[in-house]
Amino acid sequence: MRQDVPALNEDAPAPAGIGAIDPVLLAASRQRLLVEGLGIAVSALAFGFVYGLSARNAGFSPLEAIAMSLIVFAGAAQFAAVGYVAGGLAWPGVILLTALLNARHLLYSAALAPRLREIPLPRRALMAHVLTDEAFALSVGHFTRIGRTDERGYWIAAVASTWLPWNLATVVGATLGGQIPDPARFGLDVVFPAAMIGLAVGLISGRRELAAAIGGAFLAVAVSLIAGPGIGIVVGGIGGPLLGFLTPTRADAPTVALGSPESAERYAMPGTHLQIDPPPPGRASPDKDGLP
Amino acid sequence: MTTQLIVLAVLMGLVTYPSRALPLLAPGIERLPRVAIEYLRLVGPAVLAALAAVSVMVVTDEGRSPAFHLGIEWLAVAIAGALTFWRRNLLVGLLGAVVLVAVARALGIAELPLPSGG
Repeated sequence: MRQDVPALNEDAPAPAGIGAIDPVLLAASRQRLLVEGLGIAVSALAFGFVYGLSARNAGFSPLEAIAMSLIVFAGAAQFAAVGYVAGGLAWPGVILLTALLNARHLLYSAALAPRLREIPLPRRALMAHVLTDEAFALSVGHFTRIGRTDERGYWIAAVASTWLPWNLATVVGATLGGQIPDPARFGLDVVFPAAMIGLAVGLISGRRELAAAIGGAFLAVAVSLIAGPGIGIVVGGIGGPLLGFLTPTRADAPTVALGSPESAERYAMPGTHLQIDPPPPGRASPDKDGLP
Repeated sequence: MTTQLIVLAVLMGLVTYPSRALPLLAPGIERLPRVAIEYLRLVGPAVLAALAAVSVMVVTDEGRSPAFHLGIEWLAVAIAGALTFWRRNLLVGLLGAVVLVAVARALGIAELPLPSGG
């Protein structure tokens, strides 16, 4: 563990259960959480269905597609896994790229840790499994509005809005996917690459991300033609960010810190834009100085 | 029904869970050098773009070397990216890509896909 870098959760707000809460404010914020969560749920239903369909087209059995949603529960990584498997990527490569792609959750978890530290460990362990970009963005917005932690609000954000619809839709997509006789006739074979490029577009906020995306794509295709798609995807995924590093950023370019609510919105299913309000007057932002 | 990929899902879950849980269960463990954070920030766009590009540009016929491919899928993916950027909505992009390819194939303008690399 590095000691020369400030912890992500320094200057953290008070933990759960400290300070009184206005019941009217709590009810109003939960109501808004439900409305925002409904939008997320609709999107999770759509994308979960598309994931199930893509997985079946790539040769997953319904059980395998459903197991991945239950166990991994990370949209971008699951879509990517469909591509890895279809491309014949060896499992160590799949696992390495999954770890890199999902490492951003470390920062969400770090930002939430001081807020959830009074919750019993077994429940925190379960909360961790359902922590996604959407759950983070929704719950941080809710906590910010009420100025403290609300465990029930977290479960609404993580389970009701995301986990449940994602998994239900996966079941439907994985079941129906195998019953479409010739998916390519309906253009369904382009769902996967189109979803990948759409997700990538949502993450591009500056020159470096653009260079990483273009560099990653170029490297992946070039190496694939020589050594096969499995190796090409790994080289593109690992080498693209290095090319991004070589790209100078504009001094005045806005940056979005990984692990911040804004970053969570970008990784979240596109089309589900969340409004993270500033904290009430007199209260420090929960993430101020607490994120890189 | 095959179940082999369930093992892969478990392994993927095993590398995903620690990043979600460690700071929650062991506060303070999340300190990362800034260069690592910046690198991780760039992994997403690179991996996703690499997958999309290989999926539409590389075909692998059985027993033959991978080959470069140029087809309607290129245009569909470009349109999906443009629509997603313009409307900030991936579903719109997906719909545009699927409709384009389905219509082109129905009219005989585009061929059915060759085995894809991605």
